[in-house]
Amino acid sequence: MPLQSLDIAARSATTLPSPGIRRTEEVAKLIDISKCIGCKACQAACMEWNDLRDEVGFNFGSYQNPADLTPASWTLMRFYEVEPAGHLEWLIRKDGCMHCAEPGCLEACPSPGAIVKYSNGIVDFVEENCIGCGYCITGCPFNIPRISKQDDKAYKCTLCSDRVAVGLEPACIKACPTQALVFGSKEAMREHAADRVAELQERGFKNAGIYDPAGVGGTHVIYVLQHADQPELYELPKDPKISPVVKLWKGITKPLAMLALGASVLVGFLHYVDVGPNEVKHEKKASDRRDRT
Amino acid sequence: MELSRRQFFKLSGAALAGSSMAALGFPAAEAVAEVREFKLSRTTEVRNTCPYCAVACGVIMYSLGDRAQNNRASIMHIEGDADHPVSRGSLCPKGAGLLDFVHSPSRLLYPQYRAPGESGFKRVSWDWATDRIAHLMKEDRDRNFVAKNAQGEDVNRWLTTGMLAASASTNEAGFLTFKTVRSLGILGFDNQARV
Repeated sequence: MPLQSLDIAARSATTLPSPGIRRTEEVAKLIDISKCIGCKACQAACMEWNDLRDEVGFNFGSYQNPADLTPASWTLMRFYEVEPAGHLEWLIRKDGCMHCAEPGCLEACPSPGAIVKYSNGIVDFVEENCIGCGYCITGCPFNIPRISKQDDKAYKCTLCSDRVAVGLEPACIKACPTQALVFGSKEAMREHAADRVAELQERGFKNAGIYDPAGVGGTHVIYVLQHADQPELYELPKDPKISPVVKLWKGITKPLAMLALGASVLVGFLHYVDVGPNEVKHEKKASDRRDRT
Repeated sequence: MELSRRQFFKLSGAALAGSSMAALGFPAAEAVAEVREFKLSRTTEVRNTCPYCAVACGVIMYSLGDRAQNNRASIMHIEGDADHPVSRGSLCPKGAGLLDFVHSPSRLLYPQYRAPGESGFKRVSWDWATDRIAHLMKEDRDRNFVAKNAQGEDVNRWLTTGMLAASASTNEAGFLTFKTVRSLGILGFDNQARV
């Protein structure tokens, strides 16, 4: 085991318990949509820090570029033109991994140690262990992971786990020129978000609120939304949950299969003890030889 | 690989047993998981100012190696300077993408000159370029300098040449630029901060 700079809280497809006596502070990224100007400094900083250079995209009639998250674009400004109160509103949301407390990707992943959750809340993909099956995509309620055609491995935002591990904030947070992105302990972020919500409500955004969905145990990327009653305006699921198919597969089918596996081994052993291996009779061998000649 | 029927069964059995053991919680190899190594640990840090706009955000440039004599430094990362009073670490998308600006194949690295009627630029020395600019300025100033106005008052104007200065300069550099330009009599003087 290499030296760990972050403690692991959960590991995909592993039944061995993870070391868990140290207490580390939970971190969170706060995305205040009401302050975002859509400049994409976070996108540029993300590419720069993570040594990613996506293909140059094309204009499809929006400032959004690339059109969707890709294996090399882990964060994306999404632009929405909506009319929730009769007049046009231009909503800009920074999309990327939400770092759920109960990650659907980790739940679904069949490869040991390909997805880990650190004790500070970061959910990270370990591409060395990834087998490219795409179960994480099925498991994710936010449609975040993307599989690269180059190496058939899944990629997504790491919350800059390499920076956070040495005590720095993620690259996107540092770059943000309007302080729409803030980083700190989950507790501090919830407080900051509550302050911002109160401010927005005072300014007439009656439905302003925090998006920290309980369906996935809360997230380590939280939003301040002007219209928290209508997260669909921002293409956010209202009540995200891990897919029941994943729950069924990992919760019931897999343990049953394990049981069947154990039972067949046991039956095999009992058969060996009781009946023994199938032995070839010597006389028969001799007769075989005679037949051939 | 040649396998007999018996070897094939042995091999399949071993593989099945191995994967079953792993599934039952006895992994063959430990599932290694570690964050990416922090890439700036021993890089050389140099402070600078973002070259783009008038805000003049502070940046730190990180280059490979520790400046040992056999090391050829190469900038491998640029991010905001948290101690800079103007930007306190933040950058806009242009500033955040400075690394690719530094290493851009189309970046201008030396003065170039395209003579009238020629189709392409040719590389010239800095001395040649500054000399030529100085000569052109002097010619123009000698021809168009206005020492006195209609009332015969001293005005010392040079109205046919203007100067557009950079914005990301220190106060000292700004002071010297101002003195140089004004002492020549130039009135059309502005800087990029107002663009």
